[in-house]
Amino acid sequence: MTKVEPLPLEPLTAAAQPLPVYQIERLSKIYVRNNLTALSEVYLTILKGEFVSVVGTSGCGKSTLLNIMAGLLPPTTGRVVLNGRPVLGPRPDIGMMFQQATLLPWKTTIENIVLPIEIREGRGAAKAARGRAMDLLQLVGLGEFANVYPGELSGGMAQRASICRMLVTDPAMLLLDEPFSALDEFTRDFMNMEFQRICMEREATAFLVTHSLEEAVILSDRIQVMKARPGRIVEDVRISLRRPRTLEMINTREFGEIVAHIRELLGKEAHE
Amino acid sequence: MTDASRLEDEDTVWEEREALIDRIPRWVAMTFLFVVVVGIWDLVTRMGWVSAIILPTPAETLADLIFVGGNLIAGEYMLDALWTTTLTVAYGFLIAAGIGFSLGVLVGETKFGERAVMPYLVAIDTMPKVAFAPLFIAWLGFDIGSKVALAAFIATFPIVVATAAGLYAATDNERMLFKSFGATQLQTLVRLKLPTGLPYIFTGLKIASVGVMAGAITGEFLGGGRGFGALIRQSASQLDTPRVFALILYLSLLGLALYFTVVWMQRYFVFWKKGEKQGGPIG
Ligand SMILES: Nc1ncnc2c1ncn2[C@@H]1O[C@H](COP(=O)(O)OP(=O)(O)O)[C@@H](O)[C@H]1O
Ligand SMILES: [Mg+2]
Repeated sequence: MTKVEPLPLEPLTAAAQPLPVYQIERLSKIYVRNNLTALSEVYLTILKGEFVSVVGTSGCGKSTLLNIMAGLLPPTTGRVVLNGRPVLGPRPDIGMMFQQATLLPWKTTIENIVLPIEIREGRGAAKAARGRAMDLLQLVGLGEFANVYPGELSGGMAQRASICRMLVTDPAMLLLDEPFSALDEFTRDFMNMEFQRICMEREATAFLVTHSLEEAVILSDRIQVMKARPGRIVEDVRISLRRPRTLEMINTREFGEIVAHIRELLGKEAHE
Repeated sequence: MTDASRLEDEDTVWEEREALIDRIPRWVAMTFLFVVVVGIWDLVTRMGWVSAIILPTPAETLADLIFVGGNLIAGEYMLDALWTTTLTVAYGFLIAAGIGFSLGVLVGETKFGERAVMPYLVAIDTMPKVAFAPLFIAWLGFDIGSKVALAAFIATFPIVVATAAGLYAATDNERMLFKSFGATQLQTLVRLKLPTGLPYIFTGLKIASVGVMAGAITGEFLGGGRGFGALIRQSASQLDTPRVFALILYLSLLGLALYFTVVWMQRYFVFWKKGEKQGGPIG
């Protein structure tokens, strides 16, 4: 098993180096209720503009890690620093997306998108942000659906709306917990390509939880391979396929080798 | 060969069968049932199988319906009585809605409410609430107050339970989303949990609208006064059964009016669930 070396946390000397956005050290989480060690000794540094994913079997602690990074859950030990400030609760410079689009059915699409602003800064600010929300809707091809209620949106459209809601506050960091895994395979492929385009356009820094190896490989610069009991990162896999990535790349030998490598890392666990 | 090509040419059109009884339009079905029931009623009374004091004939009942209707339209004493009962029901319902909703929020939103208040509410709810009527009369007298109190008392509990259940209805995902926005508890309550719980709250209000009628009429039976319940009791004690029947029918219009006011408000406020079924045939 490969031991992952934590990246140094000292300010990087070379000025050309991108700055670290997230710095996570010695992170562990024990759920007191059932005395379960969900995470143990996790180290992770994410640089500005990087797309990092974490893959692993169901229940290995991916969502726990993401929720701690988001400030939704306190860690048991260790530290999480975002943009130089420790994460001690939910933060406005984080945008999140979950498996369910979770749009409020009594608000129109555009009202749903400005909801984070409405909650943080009030109705006036939300109203002022409508123009920005409209631009985002146009960006994901939902311009005509701004004023309809979510009941009329398909699953893929609802997820695109929730991408807009995540981006409307212009967050420094995007945290995504299996955002496309409830969609059918074709919609999912399409969403992956859309999401890559959006991230490249905005030079976004993103952290994606997924259990689809193909999704992880096609979107990421680095993949954290995670194992369960206790949840820990066993390898940091660098993906050097050139960007923009295309769906055709899935059929290349290089792509296949990366998937096979990760599958082997994870496959061992089933026999352990 | 020829057989195969013939098969390809033919459409396999066939009709889906629906039972005959399910194809009858609603108004035909309702009229049919009405005619059957009235027919049996008429037969039973005409043949003298049941005494006229116990069950009047449909014709007698119709005559009384017309008489009471005329009295109501003319604005005579029966309209006063109906108005008194309407006020009792309206006050009782509003008080029950206010107290029930507040207690529901207390129980659904705070650990204190859930742990300390809820057990007492459950205990009181299991009691036969009508048994409190003499107490309310002793405290509030024979006027409208004691009837309002009993009506409100009966109607409060379903609203408490429905409100508390409604506040639990928001999914973990939705709660997490609001948490990630840094929403306060009050914001989460007002912007997420209450709207999500509205369909539940309206179900509670519908149950309460039935209970409040029962409470008001029971109060008027036991405590006298000038409401419709007192009229019914008076007619019953004079063995004027057709009049009792007629009064009950008009009274049920009041209940229906309240019930459908709640249904209409639900349609208006829970507009995003219009298309969906809201509880099958009784929704
Ligand atoms: N709130 C909680 N309390 C107790 N145990 C939990 C809680 N949330 C998750 N777990 C447990 O922690 C482990 C990791 O869960 P999770 O992070 O959701 O995994 P993943 O997202 O990789 O599927 C699982 O075994 C799960 O049962
Ligand atoms: Mg998960």
